[in-house]
Amino acid sequence: MTASALLILIYVLVLASYLGFELISKVPPTLHTPLMSGSNAISGITIVGALIACNEMGYTSIAKWLGMFALILATINVVGGYAVTDRMLKMFKKK
Amino acid sequence: MSIAIEIAYLIASILFITGIKLLSKTKDARRGNIFSAVGMLIAIIATLLTINVLSFVEIFVCILIGAAIGAFYATKVAMTKIPEMVALFNGFGGLASFTVALSDYFLKSGASLESLDAVNLTSIIVSVLIGGVTFTGSMIAYLKLDGKVSGQPITFKGQHLLNLILLIAFIATAILVFINPGDLVFIGILIGISLLLGILTVIPIGGADMPVVISLLNSYSGMAACATGFILNNNVLIVAGSLVGASGIILTQIMCKAMNRSLTNVLLGGFGQTVATGGQDGPAIVVKEIGVEETAMLFDSASSVLVVPGYGMAVAQAQHVIRELMEQCEKRNIDFRFAIHPVAGRMPGHMNVLLAEANISYDKLIEMESINDDFPNTDLVFVVGANDVVNPAARTNPQSPIYGMPILNADKARTVIVSKRSMGKGYAGIENELFGYPNCLMLFGDAKQTITKVVSELKDMS
Repeated sequence: MTASALLILIYVLVLASYLGFELISKVPPTLHTPLMSGSNAISGITIVGALIACNEMGYTSIAKWLGMFALILATINVVGGYAVTDRMLKMFKKK
Repeated sequence: MSIAIEIAYLIASILFITGIKLLSKTKDARRGNIFSAVGMLIAIIATLLTINVLSFVEIFVCILIGAAIGAFYATKVAMTKIPEMVALFNGFGGLASFTVALSDYFLKSGASLESLDAVNLTSIIVSVLIGGVTFTGSMIAYLKLDGKVSGQPITFKGQHLLNLILLIAFIATAILVFINPGDLVFIGILIGISLLLGILTVIPIGGADMPVVISLLNSYSGMAACATGFILNNNVLIVAGSLVGASGIILTQIMCKAMNRSLTNVLLGGFGQTVATGGQDGPAIVVKEIGVEETAMLFDSASSVLVVPGYGMAVAQAQHVIRELMEQCEKRNIDFRFAIHPVAGRMPGHMNVLLAEANISYDKLIEMESINDDFPNTDLVFVVGANDVVNPAARTNPQSPIYGMPILNADKARTVIVSKRSMGKGYAGIENELFGYPNCLMLFGDAKQTITKVVSELKDMS
């Protein structure tokens, strides 16, 4: 990886972290549990990495099997995380 | 990588950020979650377009298995068990990043060792460390929350020294990996140390400190995804990972502040073991008991009621019967609200979810800072399964281990009724001064059973 490519990744990291701090400090305490389960779903973004790892051909390489295992785990997080967060948020009603 | 896919990743990142932004208002929150899910779908579809079609069969099998497990778990899990689910999912997230990092290592080292540059190797090592610690640490947290292993802190002599030695050994091995990237023995040692460190860092932490631990592990799972983004040179992983990382850190800070403890103090563990001697010298607390009928009468004659829920309410599953109590009180035009301490329950916001599930309007759930001035003007405070968060020793007794912790000023109300199973001590292992106060009455017994009786008494009265 070239130095300039690395620098762009660091730019993204720093700016996204700052933005994250700003936005998340505005989430009301009432929603902290759905925030965490929603974070579980978002951390399932590793699914992108798992898919790329699955791209390897044939079943003989360790890389491919690890990728498939990661794909199952990340999918559990994505589907389970978003579904349970939706289930919770549906219950928050104002009467 | 084609420009179209980069644009798809950009759109996905914007949707994640918008999703989090919408969480700042309770009424928009559900829409925010859907935005975020759409972002994820776009990222997945865009990635699939880069994948060789010949791999699609196994990819869809894996996605099907994962989706089935995730959907089943999400629809079946009880709301009292959400902390366990979040702990488990933190672990899955960590393990997924850990596995992707290793997969990339085998892929590149298998092709040619030259393709593993310094940035790649560093990112893989960092991803293995954070991912591994997140995985085993979360599994221990899950087992503690679920009661499969004791919630008591497990400590032994030289524990912190051992952790330090392991960390140094990890760094030393990482340097050896740089010198000889092809040697699988070194990679194996890195894997072993990271998994061991996860276990060792969570076992000394007590059950009631779990809100801090799962918040922190939540953050780690995001950082692990970030590290994976550096391996794959992929911005969407870095954006999503940073958001999760930031979220976990903020929640960790809030939890530590609410317990008046530093993060180091929580992580060093062992809290609640050595403090039992602190409250011995004072006179024994004499409590006044109250029965179900008198409790009902006190509710009947009150004009304002504040409920302080704690983890004990979740254990007794008393939230639904508290809603019935609220309905009885509202029929009598009694002002009925809930005072929520930030560390009530086993994870941030846990009480709010349980009460929302019991169909209690979220505008009745008031945070500590907003409600604390209202206690002196409240006729009746009803403490259900909470203990340390209403202990006035935190304000009055500098000797107390919880001194300085922000508490709900329940003692300042005209009358306090405490629903409690027995005279057992709270998590901090200390006597609660409140129970001996002249305005405090103890309603002993299982919260669900006693409150059910109070509700039927109130129904008979009207």
